[in-house]
Amino acid sequence: MNALLTMHLPALPILLPFIAGLLLLALPKLGFPQRRLFSGLALLLQIGVALLLLSRVSGGDIFVYRLGDWAAPWGIVLVADRLSAWMLLITTVLALAAAFATGNGDDRRGPHFHTLFQMQLFGLAGAFLTGDLFNLFVFFEVLLLASYGLQLHGGGGDRVRGGLHYVVLNLIGSTVFLFAAGLLYGALGTLNMADLAQRAAQVPASEVGLVRTGGLLLFAVFALKAALLPLYFWLPAAYASTSAPVAALFAIMTKVGAYAILRHQSLMFGPDAGPVADLFAPWLLPAALLTLLLGMFGALAADRLKRMAAYLVVASVGTLLVAFSLGTAGVAAGLYYLPHSTFAGAALFLLADAIARRREVVGESLREADGELPQAPLWGTMFFVSAVLIAGLPPLSGFLGKVVILRAAYGQPAAVLIWTAILFTALLGIIAMARAGSRLFFKTDRAQPSAPIGVRRHDLLAIGSLLALALALTIWANPVLEFTQATATQLGTPDIYIRAVLGAAESGS
Amino acid sequence: MEAMISLMIGVLTATGVYLVLRARTFPVVLGLTLLSYGVNLFLFAMGRLRVGAPAVIGSGDSYADPLPQALVLTAIVIGFAMTAFTIMLALRARAELGNDHVDGRG
Repeated sequence: MNALLTMHLPALPILLPFIAGLLLLALPKLGFPQRRLFSGLALLLQIGVALLLLSRVSGGDIFVYRLGDWAAPWGIVLVADRLSAWMLLITTVLALAAAFATGNGDDRRGPHFHTLFQMQLFGLAGAFLTGDLFNLFVFFEVLLLASYGLQLHGGGGDRVRGGLHYVVLNLIGSTVFLFAAGLLYGALGTLNMADLAQRAAQVPASEVGLVRTGGLLLFAVFALKAALLPLYFWLPAAYASTSAPVAALFAIMTKVGAYAILRHQSLMFGPDAGPVADLFAPWLLPAALLTLLLGMFGALAADRLKRMAAYLVVASVGTLLVAFSLGTAGVAAGLYYLPHSTFAGAALFLLADAIARRREVVGESLREADGELPQAPLWGTMFFVSAVLIAGLPPLSGFLGKVVILRAAYGQPAAVLIWTAILFTALLGIIAMARAGSRLFFKTDRAQPSAPIGVRRHDLLAIGSLLALALALTIWANPVLEFTQATATQLGTPDIYIRAVLGAAESGS
Repeated sequence: MEAMISLMIGVLTATGVYLVLRARTFPVVLGLTLLSYGVNLFLFAMGRLRVGAPAVIGSGDSYADPLPQALVLTAIVIGFAMTAFTIMLALRARAELGNDHVDGRG
């Protein structure tokens, strides 16, 4: 039993949500409380599997799962290394918190919310684990199709308008992905990522142009998923208009793009990749810095809290990709910042929704004319904690994350620029959060009773667990940073990955 | 044959890009469809063009690369589903927003 489990462990994170989703589809008579319970239990199981996988790979082993036992360059492989296990754990934990928030009734507006939710996790897990470029495309489609359904769930003019842009842009992105995969296959004759890396490093001069074009097209697609400048315009409308649990889950969606950029940058286009070395580098840092700046400007200008949270997601992607462009130390810092920004961003979306439901007429509007809230010490406290997290003030994980990123930037050629940009945007973040907080919670209407109307235990549980996760990241910062450092070192030597997938004999040839 | 295929891919893609940039949802959906036709042909051509060669080893003197054909099949299926989804979404947008502009106005 134990041997069987170990053997199939890398496939389980993909299979579990898929089976859970199918079962939910096959049981149409199930009531919503039961659906939530089932979805929650499936999520607990997925978290358990992700933890188990993480504990197995944290020693530095790379698990390779050959589907149908076909040898690597011919068959499709799933590869679990530290990075994929880390992303899986973050995703499943975030999904559980988002699933708590469905208790407020957003899932009742259509019959298949939980099926789509599980299918979304299916696509995410597949994207993190696959070792095949075309398979990555397929899992991207799975997660996108599920996300279209989730984003539009419940309907309404705003959602449809934001969704139309989101869907059309991502379909164009998929087309570009296919062009890129075709180019790489045409030039290199393989789609296995390890094999691609090996062959790209020795590509003959006549094909270098094709490989570089294919690689940069891939970068464009991942930048679209990650919402990197100038490809982020779809994000604010899509995220701000959708329901709270979905927006919270979508906090990981931009990180999939960042993950794909990191994976391909380290594996195929790393510093030792010969003619295609450092292909993404000239684009990554400038685009990331501009994304960070414009995301924060957007957050300052936003007139609704959800829109502000969406722009903060854009800014956090900017920060993350700045870190990923800084070599091994930067990747380690970024992998610490990634879960922090995901949890904090998701918490802010859920808070915005909870506030919106308390103010029936004006929602989460931040305009002065739109009336005052009754006193809400509990929401105010939670907002304050997430503001401290997001703005990166001491003593919480946002501060630690930014410190390690700044330390990684120290001594780099662009250090002054990076320090200026990150510190300046941190100031903008503080101003934006302080403005929103004082508008919502400071000037309250004392005439209204401060009774906890609208405080629902689902919201409390969801937001509380996200904030607790961020707190855990702060308390256990040292072990987490040690782990992300080990992950970055593993990514820095792509030979380990290539040898694990293709076998020692072939990579030596 | 190479020139014709590449011309076809170019025309399909250029038309697709032009239509995707239109302001009404129907041309946009058509543009997405044309783009996916273009990319399917492109994927197919990436296995090199050979005349009279089946994608089965041992059935003739030479054989064609079967992998791009499998990729194209997958891409066609996904593209088909996505087109159906976009058409439904465009109709929904027409109903919810009262017009067929991609930004939902006038």
